Amino acid sequence: MQFEFEVTGGDFANAGTASSQVKKILKQLNVSVSDIKRIVVALYEAEVNIVAHAYSGVVTVEIETTQVRIILKDSGPGIPDIDLAMQQGYSTASPEVREMGFGAGMGLPNIKRNMDVLNISSEVGIGTTVEMIAFLNVA
Amino acid sequence: MRLKDIVEQLHLTVVAGKEGLEKEVSDGYTSDLLSDVMGNAESGMIWITLQTHKNVMAIASLKDLAAVLLVKGLQPEPAMAEQAEEEGIAILSTELSAFEISGKLYQILH
Ligand SMILES: Nc1ncnc2c1ncn2[C@@H]1O[C@H](COP(=O)(O)OP(=O)(O)OP(=O)(O)O)[C@@H](O)[C@H]1O
Ligand SMILES: [Mg+2]
Repeated sequence: MQFEFEVTGGDFANAGTASSQVKKILKQLNVSVSDIKRIVVALYEAEVNIVAHAYSGVVTVEIETTQVRIILKDSGPGIPDIDLAMQQGYSTASPEVREMGFGAGMGLPNIKRNMDVLNISSEVGIGTTVEMIAFLNVA
Repeated sequence: MRLKDIVEQLHLTVVAGKEGLEKEVSDGYTSDLLSDVMGNAESGMIWITLQTHKNVMAIASLKDLAAVLLVKGLQPEPAMAEQAEEEGIAILSTELSAFEISGKLYQILH
């Protein structure tokens, strides 16, 4: 099963819409609560990163019985140093975004902690692609 | 403990999302950093914060939090209050600081 969502940079009013839809879908598919929780945390962080740091993006969610694979591809400034970006506390968020409580530099570490696979590829001036996979806890 | 009993004991004001008052509260979490709450709060918690925008409700809903408690008499932005009604998650308010109300909530929950 595959779903697609569009995300618009700067649109904080709708940030989290894709995550909320995916949460509903996973619930309907009877995915375990613990898997839903961790997938939702990771997807929300990646979705908000497009809103906060990029111009626009597409989220593709592939659901299989044994895994959920999510790809977030954005057009944006890209990430010059991915290892640095992965460090807890590192953030280039603007003062306005920080005032809202974003920009703690905890999003990427949250994704890493909650998903089984995380791959980030990025080209400066073009955009960033985040691939993440959760292997489902199937009874 | 039921949310409405906590509202009564701590003299909180219910600002929006009255429907959510029947929820069961497990614990509390005090933070103004959204990714901190996303990564570390647990379902059933009351989130104590001074953030008053709509993204707070998105997180409260995604994390199945019991309620959001605004400190220092802060009021939610209209879009935040609207989403609280839609989600059926209560927004509460207190005149106390985050430190003071966290202490009081801790005392009645632990
Ligand atoms: N999609 C993206 N496009 C461009 N830069 C990004 C993207 N995602 C992350 N980054 C960069 O990586 C940094 C760290 O991201 P991370 O999600 O960990 O923290 P944050 O978004 O700054 O703050 P938080 O997630 O805690 O609100 C960002 O500040 C930004 O510089
Ligand atoms: Mg982030």
